[in-house]
Amino acid sequence: MAFEPKIIGFLCNWCSYTGADLAGVSRIKSAPNVRILRTMCSGRVDPAFILKAFQLGADGVIVMGCHLGDCHYQEGNYKTVRRLPFLKRLIKDFGIDPRRLRLEWVSASEGDRFAKVVNEMTEEIRQLGPLKLSVHREIQRAIAHQ
Amino acid sequence: MVTINIDGKTVEVLEDTTILKAAEQAGVWIPTMCHSEYFEPYGVCRLCSVEVVRGKRSRIVTACNYPVRGGMTVHTNSEKVKWLRKIIMELMVSRWPNVKVVKEIAERLGVEKPRFASLERDEAENACILCGMCVNMCNDVVKAGVLGFAHSGIKREVVLPFDERSDQCIVCGACAHVCPTGHIKVVFEDYRGKKPEFTLGPKTPIYVPTLQAVPRVPVIDAESCIHFKTDGCENCAKVCEPNAIDYDMKDEIVEVDVGQILIATGFDLFDASAMAQYGYGRLDNVYSSLEFESILNSTGPTGGNIVMKNGKEPRAVGIIHCIGSRDINHHAYCSRVCCMYALKFAHLVRDRTKAAIYQFYIDMRAFGKGYEEFYTRLLDEGVTMIRGKAAEIVEGAWNENGDPSLKIRCEDTLIGKFREIPVDMVVLCNAMEPRKDSDTIRRLFSISKSPDGFFLERHPKLDPTSTATDGVYIAGCSQGPKDIPDTVAQASSASARILSLISKGEVEIEPVRAMVQDEFCSGCKICNNMCPYGAIEFVEEKKISHVNEALCKGCGTCVAACPSSAMTGHGFTDEQILAELDGLLI
Repeated sequence: MAFEPKIIGFLCNWCSYTGADLAGVSRIKSAPNVRILRTMCSGRVDPAFILKAFQLGADGVIVMGCHLGDCHYQEGNYKTVRRLPFLKRLIKDFGIDPRRLRLEWVSASEGDRFAKVVNEMTEEIRQLGPLKLSVHREIQRAIAHQ
Repeated sequence: MVTINIDGKTVEVLEDTTILKAAEQAGVWIPTMCHSEYFEPYGVCRLCSVEVVRGKRSRIVTACNYPVRGGMTVHTNSEKVKWLRKIIMELMVSRWPNVKVVKEIAERLGVEKPRFASLERDEAENACILCGMCVNMCNDVVKAGVLGFAHSGIKREVVLPFDERSDQCIVCGACAHVCPTGHIKVVFEDYRGKKPEFTLGPKTPIYVPTLQAVPRVPVIDAESCIHFKTDGCENCAKVCEPNAIDYDMKDEIVEVDVGQILIATGFDLFDASAMAQYGYGRLDNVYSSLEFESILNSTGPTGGNIVMKNGKEPRAVGIIHCIGSRDINHHAYCSRVCCMYALKFAHLVRDRTKAAIYQFYIDMRAFGKGYEEFYTRLLDEGVTMIRGKAAEIVEGAWNENGDPSLKIRCEDTLIGKFREIPVDMVVLCNAMEPRKDSDTIRRLFSISKSPDGFFLERHPKLDPTSTATDGVYIAGCSQGPKDIPDTVAQASSASARILSLISKGEVEIEPVRAMVQDEFCSGCKICNNMCPYGAIEFVEEKKISHVNEALCKGCGTCVAACPSSAMTGHGFTDEQILAELDGLLI
């Protein structure tokens, strides 16, 4: 069976989640690989969640928020834009390609952009192949053990 | 008060008024050439000379600046006065035979043929008669002091300093306004041949903003008012009886504390000059819908008469729908109101002129109550409906004689033919588009916009007036193009929402909130700087942070930042999100 990447999408409630909703309402086709997790603000995305997602078997993580200056909470996405580059450097040391983590701005009116970003990300992860971490083997061993 | 006698009529006037004013009161005409109520009497034309008799003495004085005294007798038509005026008029007629004001007064005074031949004879109809009104206006009223006389005798002339364009001239046009012969003219130069946005009528520096303005009082435009440039003029203050003119008033920014805001910032009109094929701003008699609305207005620049630039009635009017709307190159959306106002235009043109009317439409969208009926009625009124968007407007000939007009080139899709239709006037139905500063407003209130650029409502069907930000509502064209009934309905709904919250007296807040678990908080204060609302305060006695739940909006930035996991976000706790992740990645 061909490789289907699992991507976790952290979407902010006000812009990106609404944008994803718009994409759905407008019947814009996009890859089904992004599994959406709603947070109130992209600033709520704790770097630990992203690491946890990789640990639990996500092949990629995409964080989407409002465009800079458009944040519903005034400056939540500025916090995100400062956190994510640090995390990218960190995951590189863990053996995860930094391309597997993405930060994108999608506003509530950009349903087409949401679809575009999702398709791009899916295609990129497909090229990169599944994420293999030693921790995954351990988990699988543990499951088999049970 | 003193009593004087003018030509046998007795008048009672204030002492020190001039004879000219007293004569006006008595209904006696005294000819003048250099006098104006705007400035002090100048007494240079000498036409107002009258004979004053006091006791046995009689003398000739100028009426414009001679003050009355008790018991004075004035003759404005005695032989001596007549003789003097005749000489003055003969001299003037000999020098400026074709100037209208000179001819008129000469005729009234019975001067037919001058005995003199002037060396400086000027045949022009708008010759300068050296009355000095412009000079006085510029110096005494406007106080710009630009105009002045140069030379003397027959070489005397009105000049600018060094005969050059002066920086001191504020281009107020007062000199042209007061010039009796039209020698001084104000010429409006088009900026790079493009018409300014609104050139349909004169606008004075003091004006009532709109006829429906509340309160209906005039305002002064400080940028064009003479007074604010030179400290002069003040004519409006002089004529205002209740003394209501206050030059010291300033624009001020007032800060008001409010709990809820209704945004109804409206729309901008699509600039049709972006579609060069229609010639807006390039061809004469091509108007935008708003300009045509102003032409139709009975208090507008043409008094409601539908006339072309040359003042004539158009023989045919073309109305082109969907300018900038339903057009993938500009706005994809339908502007909604244009079909109906285009029909209204057609109706009014039919009502007021004999012009043939052509409507160029893509689809007729008569969607509202009574609208379809109006459309049907219009069809019976003889409006030609052409289904097909006009391709371009060119200058062309009305008929074989080469009578100039415009030509609309279009495809009539119903008969499947290309057509060229001569018209005299074109009205473009411009699209409504979001205000140019709508992004600034949007960010100010942190609300979103929909793909078309208008403000985004919380829900298109269930919540069309409120926005993602609590307490901020939208109504009217700021939310999307709509007509008046729809705007009124939406605005009423928004006001009702606002009032319901006011009458309730309490605000329900979302349960999504952050909370500090006191026992885990190390008091590092990292979260204190995270909060954009200042909802987190540091409790000095306990050395821990505390969230003010009324201020917290629940974004969770502090939760993500807390290094000791003491901060919890209700509804989005770490456990909940991790469980979600677990579920998503099975």
